[in-house]
Amino acid sequence: MIALSDFLVLSAILFCLSMAGIFLNRKNVIILLMAIELMLLAVNMNFVAFSHYLGDDAGQIFVFFILTVAAAESAIGLAILVVLFRNRRAINVEDMGSLKG
Amino acid sequence: MEHIIFYIFSAILVLSALMVITVRNPVHAALFLVLAFFTSAALWLLLEAEFLALILVLVYVGAVMVLFLFVVMMLDINLTVLREGFTSYLPVGALIATLILIEMALVVGPEHFGLDSVAAPVPHTAGYSNTQALGNVLYTVYVYPFEIAGVILLVAIIGAIALTLRRRPQTKYQDPSQQVLVRSKDRVRIIKMPSEKKRGGA
Repeated sequence: MIALSDFLVLSAILFCLSMAGIFLNRKNVIILLMAIELMLLAVNMNFVAFSHYLGDDAGQIFVFFILTVAAAESAIGLAILVVLFRNRRAINVEDMGSLKG
Repeated sequence: MEHIIFYIFSAILVLSALMVITVRNPVHAALFLVLAFFTSAALWLLLEAEFLALILVLVYVGAVMVLFLFVVMMLDINLTVLREGFTSYLPVGALIATLILIEMALVVGPEHFGLDSVAAPVPHTAGYSNTQALGNVLYTVYVYPFEIAGVILLVAIIGAIALTLRRRPQTKYQDPSQQVLVRSKDRVRIIKMPSEKKRGGA
């Protein structure tokens, strides 16, 4: 049988990879958003694994809500990205300050 | 058998996550992210979370990643500027990620969460429905969080529209209320005039 620790280590690897992605692609907002999605996926995998091994459905309910919030977050993030590109013709993170009111 | 499936899918998942953060082209990164989501859905099927696995494919691959691809292809991005600093951040980024991974693996590793401390659960019987079990809890115990989730999605819709909507002064558009309000006397003018003789012989 697969142990719970296998899934936990797998999601830890996923989490660290996405964190390294945030370090490496600091200029590219699109890759930053993708790394955040990957991070949320790692967290969701923890929730699903614990829910399965402890026999509690609450973990899967939490994943449901995290998916909702992640979808809303990426929609808003991409909208901000489109506004940034319209104003600066580039998607550099350092230009974000120019969007202030 | 389950072990082999788990390790194959884990390898694909880790490799695709690695490609997401390292490839040059954002379109390729988005496609590798799609692969990562698909593989995770397969892993969640191993964990008997069938509903969430299918939701992951439908919502993420079907909606969120298509939105990503749409935005990436819509914007004309200069790739060379975006890659600045990649190699200079690589050593410290890899070092910190590796350290955090080691620390996490020490905490969640096999000696604390192995099979002897957390036993594998008994598989569900054939008549068990994961979707029904989730629905039973979601619409009773978690009904208020469920409604809040709906409100969050509504806020996201309104926010995304409000951020990207812009009025262009040069665009021409129709105003239906003005069109409906038009009366015939506004458009047709009837002029009284005497009748005229036909000129020449026809």
